[in-house]
Amino acid sequence: MTYDLGVVRRYLPFLLNGIGITFRFTVVAFVLGAVLGLVVALGRIQRNPFMRLPCVWYTDFIRGTPLLAQIYLIHFGLPQVLGYKPVGWIDAMVALTINAGAYIAEIWRGAIESIDPGQMEAARSLGMTYSQAMRYVILPQSFKRAIPPLGNEFIALLKESCLVSVIGLEDLMMRANMMSGRSFRPFEAYFTVALIYLIMTLGFSRLVARLEGGLKRGRS
Amino acid sequence: MKKTLVWLLVTSLIVLTVGAAGCSTKTPNETPNTGNPDNTPKLKLIAVGEATFAPFEYVDPQTEQVTGFDVDLIHAIAKASGFEVEYKNLAWNSLIPALLNKEADLVVSGMTITDERLLAVAFSDPYFASGQAWAVKEGSDIKTLDDLAGKTVAVQINTTGAFAAEELDGKFKDDGKPGLTIKSLTNAADVFNELKAGGCDAVISDLPVIQEYMKNNPDDKVIVPEPAFTVEYYGIAMRKADKEIHELINKGLAKVKADGTYDTIYEKYFGPKQ
Repeated sequence: MTYDLGVVRRYLPFLLNGIGITFRFTVVAFVLGAVLGLVVALGRIQRNPFMRLPCVWYTDFIRGTPLLAQIYLIHFGLPQVLGYKPVGWIDAMVALTINAGAYIAEIWRGAIESIDPGQMEAARSLGMTYSQAMRYVILPQSFKRAIPPLGNEFIALLKESCLVSVIGLEDLMMRANMMSGRSFRPFEAYFTVALIYLIMTLGFSRLVARLEGGLKRGRS
Repeated sequence: MKKTLVWLLVTSLIVLTVGAAGCSTKTPNETPNTGNPDNTPKLKLIAVGEATFAPFEYVDPQTEQVTGFDVDLIHAIAKASGFEVEYKNLAWNSLIPALLNKEADLVVSGMTITDERLLAVAFSDPYFASGQAWAVKEGSDIKTLDDLAGKTVAVQINTTGAFAAEELDGKFKDDGKPGLTIKSLTNAADVFNELKAGGCDAVISDLPVIQEYMKNNPDDKVIVPEPAFTVEYYGIAMRKADKEIHELINKGLAKVKADGTYDTIYEKYFGPKQ
């Protein structure tokens, strides 16, 4: 099985141009998803069912359905039902954000619930309200615990973002498909793109490990 | 712990080896004798196409069978040339790779004969004259090809429609006009879904396919304001080395054209020739 370097060299600039799109989608979806996830996580731990249940349904639905189905639903399904004109990249962004939000909500929730209940008791006994306790005592500690799983979620999102190629966005995956179909060398196309994804994910894994290490050396 | 890991590793290896042995490489060319009077095995070929391209190949919603002009044609050619053929549904972008790695022997999928494709595969004699056209929704303010400048166009990935859109984009930019935003969808049906949902201003696809879509989906109010702007011919793609198959196909094609079978199939899907 040969790996035709000539074909790869010819298409490499074309492939690399997809990194920008892949990266942008991942970063924006991750950041927005982190905010959304935090809101949902805080809603999830309330006792009031009107706040808690919608959050449960949201996380259950998103985590229980394939991202590909979510993308198709948002891009082709919603316009059919609601009658508006969809914009491809917005739909992709929305789908990735909603997806990230559900998974990150569970990460936040896990981190928050892992904090010793004694912390909340102590804060309340000092006269803080629930919100103040959350803001000054619980959440800051949760953030640190959430870093490793958040890092993993970012890497997972980076790989899953390839699914937006099905609604026509020219990210890395779509460019691999185009290269494969035009050069008739699928091995060169998909293996090269897999390598590019691998370099990106390995890079971020290192970054996350560094971040964890730095925080460990700080106050616990 | 170490013992468990070793056990796990050994089990996985056994499972993988057994699994790999189960998937033997197919030899699509031969099946045990199926009725040749001199007992030589009858040649069986696998034809593939993406069944999202009515009326050439599509899945009949009632019977759930793949049917269409291409399907009928290849069966007629097979009959005329004395071989058996099985038509399988496969994603567009995988058709030529499947041909090249011998999963399939023929690609019969409304595939246009192009110089780039001829570098990788061999084509039969042309069997259908077609062309790319652009379609919009009724009431669109795009009236001519030039009005497409600056608009969003949906095409299927790696088709002559996609290549035509890219050429158009280059031409517009050379003329100092805004280019096209091209959305490449993976299958032919999604191209029309995109227009329907409003995610693009126009689509570029093969004229007969657009016309079939308009016929089957009158409520979507799709129109083709101008005639086809390219001329292209479909061919049956085959591996370059399979000279015997090239002959079988071309001879069969010539036969069905000469004895009226081609015309019958044509009329079935397109009505009487004008």
